[in-house]
Amino acid sequence: MTAHPETVDALIIGAGPAGLSAATELRRQGGGQVVVLEREATAGGIPRHCLHSPYGLREWKRLMFGPAYAKRLVQEAKGAGVEIRCQTTVTALHPGGEVDVSAPDGPRRIRGRVVLLALGARETPRAARLIGGTKPGGVMNTATLQSFAAFSKHRPFHRPVILGTELVAFSALLTCRTLGARPVAMLEPGPEITARGVFAAAPRALGVPLYRNTRITAIHGRAQVDGITVESNGVQRDIACDGVVVTGGFRPENALLRAAGLALDPGSLGPRIDQYGRLTDPAYFSAGNVLHPIETAGWCWEEGRRVARCMAAALNGALPPRDTAEPLAVDGVTQGDALAYALPQELCAPAPQVPPAFDRVQMRLRQPFSGQVRVAGQSHWIASRPERRITLPLHPTPEAE
Amino acid sequence: MTQPVQTYDIAVIGAGVIGCAIARRLTLDGARVVVLEKAADILDGASKANSAILHTGFDAPEGSLELACVQEGYREYEALHAQFNLPLDRCGALVLAWSAEQEARLPALMEQARANAVSDVVPLTRTETLALEPNLNPDVRAAFRVPRESLIDPWSAPHAYLLQALLNGGTLKRNCAVSGGSFDGAIWTLDTTKGPLRARHVVNAAGLYGDRIDAALLGQTQFTIRPRKGQFVVFDKMAAGLARHILLPVPTATTKGIVVCRTVWGNLLVGPTAEEQDDRETAGLEAETLRMLHAKGAEILPALAQEEVTSIYAGLRPACEHKDYQIRAHAGRNMVTVGAIRSTGLSSALGTAAHVARLLQGQGHAPAPLSAPQVPRMAMLAEEGARDWQASGNDGMLCHCERVTWREVRAALDDPLAPKTLAGLKRRTRATMGRCQGFYCGQAVQDLLAESTDA
Ligand SMILES: Cc1cc2nc3c(=O)[nH]c(=O)nc-3n(C[C@H](O)[C@H](O)[C@H](O)COP(=O)(O)OP(=O)(O)OC[C@H]3O[C@@H](n4cnc5c(N)ncnc54)[C@H](O)[C@@H]3O)c2cc1C
Ligand SMILES: Cc1cc2nc3c(=O)[nH]c(=O)nc-3n(C[C@H](O)[C@H](O)[C@H](O)COP(=O)(O)OP(=O)(O)OC[C@H]3O[C@@H](n4cnc5c(N)ncnc54)[C@H](O)[C@@H]3O)c2cc1C
Repeated sequence: MTAHPETVDALIIGAGPAGLSAATELRRQGGGQVVVLEREATAGGIPRHCLHSPYGLREWKRLMFGPAYAKRLVQEAKGAGVEIRCQTTVTALHPGGEVDVSAPDGPRRIRGRVVLLALGARETPRAARLIGGTKPGGVMNTATLQSFAAFSKHRPFHRPVILGTELVAFSALLTCRTLGARPVAMLEPGPEITARGVFAAAPRALGVPLYRNTRITAIHGRAQVDGITVESNGVQRDIACDGVVVTGGFRPENALLRAAGLALDPGSLGPRIDQYGRLTDPAYFSAGNVLHPIETAGWCWEEGRRVARCMAAALNGALPPRDTAEPLAVDGVTQGDALAYALPQELCAPAPQVPPAFDRVQMRLRQPFSGQVRVAGQSHWIASRPERRITLPLHPTPEAE
Repeated sequence: MTQPVQTYDIAVIGAGVIGCAIARRLTLDGARVVVLEKAADILDGASKANSAILHTGFDAPEGSLELACVQEGYREYEALHAQFNLPLDRCGALVLAWSAEQEARLPALMEQARANAVSDVVPLTRTETLALEPNLNPDVRAAFRVPRESLIDPWSAPHAYLLQALLNGGTLKRNCAVSGGSFDGAIWTLDTTKGPLRARHVVNAAGLYGDRIDAALLGQTQFTIRPRKGQFVVFDKMAAGLARHILLPVPTATTKGIVVCRTVWGNLLVGPTAEEQDDRETAGLEAETLRMLHAKGAEILPALAQEEVTSIYAGLRPACEHKDYQIRAHAGRNMVTVGAIRSTGLSSALGTAAHVARLLQGQGHAPAPLSAPQVPRMAMLAEEGARDWQASGNDGMLCHCERVTWREVRAALDDPLAPKTLAGLKRRTRATMGRCQGFYCGQAVQDLLAESTDA
């Protein structure tokens, strides 16, 4: 590689809500040359293909559909002087903020004085769930289904089954309607619907039967799905359908991080950060769903803005040394492995002038839990369930007591 | 207007790895060859799913036809892979003993390897084994190393063979199932779903249907296929660093056992099982077996327990009641059966093809080899090879997990052997075969295929 790669002040990897809002904010903070690298042909991230609401409430107090929201994020970034390079895939991260990219005109290296990893998260596909049967066409995650609705004249199926009841499963339900497909059933392997209250009523309102305690044991079909076998309380039965939408089970897009040897949180599978959003290599920062699978676009947008301010501070040398970080202490919720993760994972000695991007701890549970938790020396009462956002105030000093 | 009915020199029934290699060999020898494949794409039978190991034959039965074909096939692959731009990862294999009983069998297995002219096997102590494979479960007791066991691409190799046949005058007919035929003493007329077809010689390379084709054309068969299913779990590229070698168990009487090995694409696979079944069409996956494989992998490489599964698949071996390959020239019938190529066909294909060519010569097929045949250059899909995403003018990346470019996918759709199915496109390019399984690019890839097949 060249001895002197192109160097910019801030390099943002990923043009989703988190990356674009961070880029815009960095420019507004006087962050110098800000370049966004996006591997898709169009910037905007996941919302590009979400043909539904709600988007934009937190950002602009407006109810928007995903594509319009994505366009607006891009316009704001460009208006603020951000340069967005699409079809540019980051293929490796090197220490100190140098990254390898592959673009249509070939590979090269770019260095950012600070770099934001806003890589997003993806759903767990069928294979990783070890669902048996054959491997016909018509089995896909929600995002792929959405891409058909948003970008294609083809219809992947007409009568799918939807697996899962996280929030995103209801997006799948809505997207099926857009596509003119009629879901034959919605399946939840557990006893309860994962998404919150109002959504529980949606399947019935749309005339789609919802089966709890039901898992898929086999998918059938050769070229296309022609049915599935499900098991419910030890009883098996077949459901005729021509597709399966495998929803949720989000996991951070973390392959680059792992390959680079950046420390990951075994619970979130995203990077370990301090309260400024910095990774173990302090040239790198992170925001959005690569940290926490998953939050809403608005949440990621806000996080991007906050981390951008810390990146601007880093450019001015105003952040404390990263190696002062101590692990965040979380006690009480660890019985039965109930805690999935708590973020930020580490706390640095605070910098007086720089408000931390993460002034609250974000937690997720693996199992329902209610009881006393101690976070960074403070006690809190929580009662919550998996896939619910929990935030607790964080005093900036680790030894606050 | 009547067209003169054309008569081919050779009709090859079946475009698995064996049929593809035979078509290549006979075309290069100067024959006019037609390949008849009942499926919409080639490699849709046994050859669609295997462990992708290029075997040395170290553990094959001494003196068997299988051993001879595997070794001849190995040599030819070694000689031609660079010219075709096909990968060859000479990683070597370790045969691992996990119990005193297994340890006691290692010397005999090494003896067999030497008898099979694989004389470079090296015994290893526990310490030496762990030094070579530090991520291995420390319970391992001893091993031996087979340095020349290698990894190849199970799809680009047969593609290359058939493509070379097509570039040099061969013909492929897909969606063309053979149901019967008659031989008039000089010429075969085959009944196919695309009408009658005439050829001087017939090669039955119908894999899982080899016995049925024999019965349909000859009225009898000397073997009965009993499919043996093998299921696999494939781990993400992050896991590939956990093992350098192909990790083999001490084999049992019925199976080579569960293997842990990398793929040339940079994944790590665990499998296959060996499960007899009647069904010749469906290689069904069972969650329980997949979980067992996952656990088995983690027993051998403990760090695998935390790794992400990328893919699951299963294949059917064309096994039968006999142990050895069932290759026969049928006297007076101008026909050769290449049956029951059970578990080493990827390795032996080129050698099996050479053997079949010799048998056909014995039946009076007189070849006149091409003097300067065309050689196709395949798209390099192996992780260690020079990939298109690293080159300029690639039109950008389409599949990010496997780093497949738009140019590669368009080229595959524009090829004389262009895929007609999504599975076929995946085999040729690897698009959507990575950790996200199409979350990001699945729709774009399917649309590109639909455009090309609609056109
Ligand atoms: C099906 C679905 C429906 C949803 N519906 C809603 C909704 O109605 N309302 C709502 O608020 N939220 C919704 N969400 C959530 C919302 O879309 C996400 O929270 C938001 O997009 C996350 O933003 P992000 O920037 O973290 O990641 P993403 O939007 O995922 O953006 C990440 C970007 O990084 C790029 N990238 C990744 N790796 C690389 C690399 N190596 N090189 C270059 N670029 C790279 C990706 O291409 C992508 O563009 C939905 C999500 C899904 C999946
Ligand atoms: C689990 C597993 C692991 C393996 N691992 C390895 C390995 O690591 N290394 C190795 O060397 N080998 C391995 N093998 C073995 C190898 O895959 C097989 O030996 C090989 O694929 C057999 O190829 P074939 O061409 O004989 O059969 P097939 O691939 O089945 O080809 C036969 C073709 O004939 C077609 N056909 C059938 N009937 C008709 C008809 N009536 N008309 C027209 N066409 C017809 C079929 O559609 C098919 O395409 C493995 C196999 C399995 C299943």
